[in-house]
Amino acid sequence: MKARVTVTLKNGVLDPQGKAIEGALKSLGIDGVESVRQGKVFEIELKDADKAKAEAALKAAADKLLANTVVENYRVEVLG
Amino acid sequence: MKAAVVLFPGSNREGDVASAIKRISGKAASIVWHADSALPANTDLVVLPGGFSYGDYLRCGAIAARAPIMNAVRAHAERGGLVLGICNGFQILCEAQLLPGVLQRNAQLRFMCKEVYLRVERSDTPYSRRYNAGDVLKIPVAHGEGNYTADEETIKRLEGDGRVLFRYVSPEGKLDPKWNHNGATNAIAGILSEKLNVLGLMPHPENHVDPLIGPTDGRGLFESIKTVLEAA
Repeated sequence: MKARVTVTLKNGVLDPQGKAIEGALKSLGIDGVESVRQGKVFEIELKDADKAKAEAALKAAADKLLANTVVENYRVEVLG
Repeated sequence: MKAAVVLFPGSNREGDVASAIKRISGKAASIVWHADSALPANTDLVVLPGGFSYGDYLRCGAIAARAPIMNAVRAHAERGGLVLGICNGFQILCEAQLLPGVLQRNAQLRFMCKEVYLRVERSDTPYSRRYNAGDVLKIPVAHGEGNYTADEETIKRLEGDGRVLFRYVSPEGKLDPKWNHNGATNAIAGILSEKLNVLGLMPHPENHVDPLIGPTDGRGLFESIKTVLEAA
């Protein structure tokens, strides 16, 4: 079973990397970029076929390691 | 004084801090491997040294904070034992939630390797009794992620409880955004745990202990620890 955990910075947390990317996009002349926030995506292959169990395991993974919940939010998706 | 320096894959300042401890206390520190589950018997100071544990993968200090030895370090801290985290060690202490908050990318996005000025905020802690409150120290930094941040409530609590031990200041000891080289909230360079026994700081006091190299402003930190442990 495939799953995805997306980790993003909380609103209001300074994201200097996102700012730098935003600046680079603007200097490339890409139209209409208002702002950029950078995050991480984890693609995870799971043994379990039970969706509820998989979601619980992914939540535990995100809370314990993948995200630092002081400054980051995460979203768990089981893709099937 | 019985010090243990924890070695993670990618630590690189363990030798510097072990040599500072030897120079000041006269006793060699043991080097403890991250995969061990116990500290040497009667350890009274644990040091998490600087470096790039696990190549800074995921987040600085994130993987090291979950290493087997960290359970023993946590138990030592809970007993009131001294734990000192320098640079990457500070990042590991935050990731392990032994200290609150997080060290983010420096505000100007550059790795900073230079000498900075730190103001000692109080002298009544195990790490600072050989300094006076208000002393300005010249200490080197070398980091890319030292921009200390926490939620408003945590900052208020740290400030209210006097848990900020070091701040980045001008050579005259004044707060000035120009001298807060990594953009840290309230120019915070080092913080203490609630019981004052855990200290995390970004600068490297262990590199300023030998007159051969220049300033020796870092000695006071290790002399303070020695005084406290030898009186115990």
